[in-house]
Amino acid sequence: MTDLSNSKPETGAFFPRDRLWHPPGLTPGYKTSVLRSPQKALLSLDGTVSEITGPVFGHSILGELDNDLIHNFAKSGESAIGERLVVHGRVLDERGRPVPGALLEFWQANAGGRYRHKKETYLAPLDPNFGGCGRTITDANGHYAFRTVKPGPYPWPNGVNDWRPAHIHFSVFGHGFAQRLITQMYFEGDPMIWKCPIVQTIPDKAAIEQLVAALDWGNTIPMDARAYKFDIVLRGRRSTLFENRMEGN
Amino acid sequence: MVQSLGFLKESASQTAGPYVHIGLTPNFASIGGVYETDLGATMVNDKTLGRRITISGRVLDGTGTPLRDALIEIWQADASGLYNSPSELRGSADPNFAGWGRCPTHGETGEYRFETIKPGRAPFRDGRLMAPHISFWIVARGINLGLNTRMYFGDEETANAEDPVLARIEHRIRVPTLIAAANGDTYRFDIHLQGEKETVFFDI
Repeated sequence: MTDLSNSKPETGAFFPRDRLWHPPGLTPGYKTSVLRSPQKALLSLDGTVSEITGPVFGHSILGELDNDLIHNFAKSGESAIGERLVVHGRVLDERGRPVPGALLEFWQANAGGRYRHKKETYLAPLDPNFGGCGRTITDANGHYAFRTVKPGPYPWPNGVNDWRPAHIHFSVFGHGFAQRLITQMYFEGDPMIWKCPIVQTIPDKAAIEQLVAALDWGNTIPMDARAYKFDIVLRGRRSTLFENRMEGN
Repeated sequence: MVQSLGFLKESASQTAGPYVHIGLTPNFASIGGVYETDLGATMVNDKTLGRRITISGRVLDGTGTPLRDALIEIWQADASGLYNSPSELRGSADPNFAGWGRCPTHGETGEYRFETIKPGRAPFRDGRLMAPHISFWIVARGINLGLNTRMYFGDEETANAEDPVLARIEHRIRVPTLIAAANGDTYRFDIHLQGEKETVFFDI
């Protein structure tokens, strides 16, 4: 809260979600979606106070190494193996305004493409110094940054020979529960992006390209880590000027 | 030609995948020592106002099999119907209740469980009161875009009957999919992704 004290809270309802831009629920090329996708029409609901509000996370929840996946699971004096990266960018809304105070949580495979998870069966080895999770909160300008190693691609059971391109999962909270979003970041120039059934759930090529982070040479740290820039856009919200009063008409 | 609206497009959703627990509930995923606790694991403390309740249930796929790799988040008002959010302009919510919780479904049984409080009533857009309800957001492997729904309370028949959102459901036979069965202070709310009992999901 205190971080946002200079910005007046907004109470407008969110712009409708463009469901032709997002992946549909049923995407048979991604087999698991077949039995997990609702088949009936969604009930459209202009945001009430239950949707336009959302939880706030203060910086007090953050530990010193939460935004450093190279070190946050590593033994003292050691670090995760892999190509060292800085991933940074901004969280904006559809109006182009920065979203300050947004909690970002990220998770990923290690440099060999292996997740630290009991259901993971890929033969690539675990890295004893890599857990694979991190989090941060955007600053007043909507900016975030974290350090990690580049995740490896990995095979997964879907088609006979399907592989995920290197990617980092992002979970994002905006200012309203209706802005809640999970997405994935891909890496510029990776030819495997275009072979992936999960990427292909997104119908629009421009929507896919928006999830591909650019190599950011300017912010690359010499002799240390390359930088990738990844901006995330959350739903915008209407101006409240002409909104109905929320109570007591 | 006309002027450009200049709007950006929302980042497209991608599935949370099978390893969502690594990122969102790492202690649950046996990745210890990174975060002290998993966010959203505890919703109430000794000072929280309101009636303690338990909500549990499962998320079921089109064959009736419970999802054992799903993750649910809930968002609700406090006991007096206020949300703990800067966008809440009607008053200050209970400082001992954030109103947000997160729970993975159990790796064997598929059960989820929230220990929380019964929310008060909040107004619809036109000022009419909505019945007490809790917003649910469900993600999992195979779900491409998080699913939004609401849970209402089975022991609130009068309030439910006048709820403006429930009233919008054209096929009345589907209304019970949003109403949790009450058993004292425990409420049972199963979420059906498909089939005859498919839960009403919202485009909010």
